[in-house]
Amino acid sequence: MRVNPRIINQAVRVGLSAQALFTVSILVVIVAIICVKGFPYIDFAFIFSFPEDMGRHGGIFPSIVGTIQLALLSILLATPLGVGTAIFLTEYTRESAFTKLIRFGVESLAGIPSILYGLFGFIFFVIKLKMGWSLLAGVLTLTIMILPTIIRTSEEAIRAVPRQLRIVSYSLSASKWETIKKVVLPAAMPGILTGIMLSIGRAVGETAAVIFTMGSSLRLPLSLMDSGRTMAVHFYILAREGISMEKAYGTALVLVLSILLINVVAYYLMNKAIARYS
Amino acid sequence: MASMTDRTMLKERFVKWVLITFALSSLLFLFLIFVFILAEGLPLFLKVGLKKIIFGFKWAPTKGYFGIFPMIVSSFLVTFGALVIGAPLGLSCAIYLSEYSGKKTKMFLKPALELLAGIPSVVYGFLGVIYIVPLVRNYLGGSGFSLISTSLILGVMILPTIISISFDAITTVPKTYREASAAMGATKWQTIYKVILPSAKSGILASFILGMGRAIGETMAVIMIAGNALKIPTSILDPLRTLTGNIALELAYATGDHRLGLFSTGIVLMVIIMALNYLANFGIKRKPAK
Amino acid sequence: METKITASNLNLSFGDTHVLKDVTIDVYKNTITGFMGPSGSGKSSLISIINRMIDFENNVRIEGDVLIDGKSILDGSSNPIELRRRVGTVFAVPIPLPRSIFENIAYGPRLKGISDRTSLHHIVEDSLKKAFLWDEVKDRLNTSALKLSGGQQQRLCLARTLALKPEIILLDEPCSGLDPISTAKIEDALSELKSDYTIILVSNNTKQIARISDFSAFFYLGTLIEYNTTDKVFTAPVEKRTEDYIQGKFG
Repeated sequence: MRVNPRIINQAVRVGLSAQALFTVSILVVIVAIICVKGFPYIDFAFIFSFPEDMGRHGGIFPSIVGTIQLALLSILLATPLGVGTAIFLTEYTRESAFTKLIRFGVESLAGIPSILYGLFGFIFFVIKLKMGWSLLAGVLTLTIMILPTIIRTSEEAIRAVPRQLRIVSYSLSASKWETIKKVVLPAAMPGILTGIMLSIGRAVGETAAVIFTMGSSLRLPLSLMDSGRTMAVHFYILAREGISMEKAYGTALVLVLSILLINVVAYYLMNKAIARYS
Repeated sequence: MASMTDRTMLKERFVKWVLITFALSSLLFLFLIFVFILAEGLPLFLKVGLKKIIFGFKWAPTKGYFGIFPMIVSSFLVTFGALVIGAPLGLSCAIYLSEYSGKKTKMFLKPALELLAGIPSVVYGFLGVIYIVPLVRNYLGGSGFSLISTSLILGVMILPTIISISFDAITTVPKTYREASAAMGATKWQTIYKVILPSAKSGILASFILGMGRAIGETMAVIMIAGNALKIPTSILDPLRTLTGNIALELAYATGDHRLGLFSTGIVLMVIIMALNYLANFGIKRKPAK
Repeated sequence: METKITASNLNLSFGDTHVLKDVTIDVYKNTITGFMGPSGSGKSSLISIINRMIDFENNVRIEGDVLIDGKSILDGSSNPIELRRRVGTVFAVPIPLPRSIFENIAYGPRLKGISDRTSLHHIVEDSLKKAFLWDEVKDRLNTSALKLSGGQQQRLCLARTLALKPEIILLDEPCSGLDPISTAKIEDALSELKSDYTIILVSNNTKQIARISDFSAFFYLGTLIEYNTTDKVFTAPVEKRTEDYIQGKFG
């Protein structure tokens, strides 16, 4: 029996769009559940007060602060390293054995799963360098983890800057670094910022690499050597230990909303920078 | 005037060396990671023996048993399961995104996918425990903490990876191929099926392999849903423990040889993932040129 | 006539391709010298040696020398950044920087260390006037340069190089995409500028060369075929190839 190819075509079209719709609806369902179940438990007190009774009562303030500290400090370290590497690979060398080696390093780092970062961070920072479970150990581990993303997105953004712009700058007597600083980087800013926001999002949601380096103390981290929790870690412990469904949903909501916010800001920054420079 | 350009030249050289150092830092970090994980994990391989660890069936590290074979098998089972669910669905979405969706839909779908990718794995795990596990328990049997539950959740988690890489592979296929096919009277689906997909084959395959790499390295969602059984699962309803789970569940309180055993687990995981990544990159390199 | 730029036995190769063959030429101060010839004749490459933009190409081999004011610009002691302040370049396609008109022109002076607003404004105004663009943009110096028309953008590029107060201006097919009115404006600007600058104009448009240049050099496949005053080259060319090219028999 030969089926009319046009009928197959239509059927396929329906089938594919149904699957796309299904995939999007998974996202919608996830966000909806978290919002609906978590919203009742979010209030001023939840955000700004400290957890009591292992998190059964009270708020999640220390873990919000811990998350912000971890993400911000990691970005602070990873951005110059990452953008600098990207600049080096694009502006200062031609493709050679050396650049291939560096790229191999970056790609390998990108492929390492977060539990292995946790394992490494644990043995190297926490134990061997005697930092103990601390914000510092978490920051250093996470910096290495997000570095490949920043390098990749920055390199792509820098390569996309038209060669003519560089030529013009050089012909006006600018040096290489002046050209990079004044022409190339500003033009590449949208892409670079996107990579940074992506990495912040990843840092905020990360658990396996964080719990074994930063630890899970309920205290507010006041110094680099203090241990603390991020929201993701707090959420995981609440769920695993079955401490409190309500608080878990509440934490999940704050967590997911933060990531949503980061994505939105990334989009906004990207569009604003594109408008300014084109 | 002359001294100003001299200063500029000096600055240039300084900047170059700073940037070289930054670039080398990636290699340094990779080196450190390799060295320290190997340093902790290799001794046990030498002490207990490679075969006893990789092919051993019993994991009881405080009693001297370091067999992780069931976990290796479980890791692969869960990964293949995730692929069964994620690959067809992901590929369909990629095809839809590139061939069927208009500009407006694209503007809506792409951020949606990024968001899906951004949801932390602990949240997936949590929702899996609350909703999927009881579903499996009530309709299929068992405790619900099982291979199938884990595969379902992991399948969803690897969707963004498969979709975005397959999408890239499909959109790289030159427009002329499509036009030639349409000129010969083919329907859209025939064009996709006979021309585009074969052309994008290696990129799509690479997306599957990278999806596998993600699934096998996944930790948090897995430990929340897979149960905690140290035996090889004999049915999709059986609970299991993966290599990642092994590390995550015991690292916090392991000492001495027990801890070393977890690093050995880490080495095995690292080797598997490196192999997968190498396979995928090999596949991507053979993508048709633009 | 005072010599400003000298090329002596200049040879340029990219890998195996010999692009400039034993070129010797004296370009005179405060003149417009036209470099003409079909594509591939090496005229753009010669320009790129004079402004040392050749430094950015790979696989380059140069023999011979280029001198400005009697001093070599190719030996180790010469600084390309200094050189590019003395030698300004206008390219075939106008490339404004993605910033305001003011900042485009101020880009060069800022690199030299000039940062106060009044000096910069003075320089910007002066440069725009010399490029015959001031009247059209004086009220919108802070708007994006990308909004200008093609002809305006090219005059902007000319003003940009003038802002560095160079001694030499190189123009590589500057009017190739422009309408006749914009072309005329640029040609008028160049004719006025030559009293203070040494100008080299590379063009495939022989009529343009005949219109405004004082001296003309005809290049063919990397060799300098003929070089003389524009009058002599166009009315009584010595070489047959020159005559054929001018008459449009090839190109």
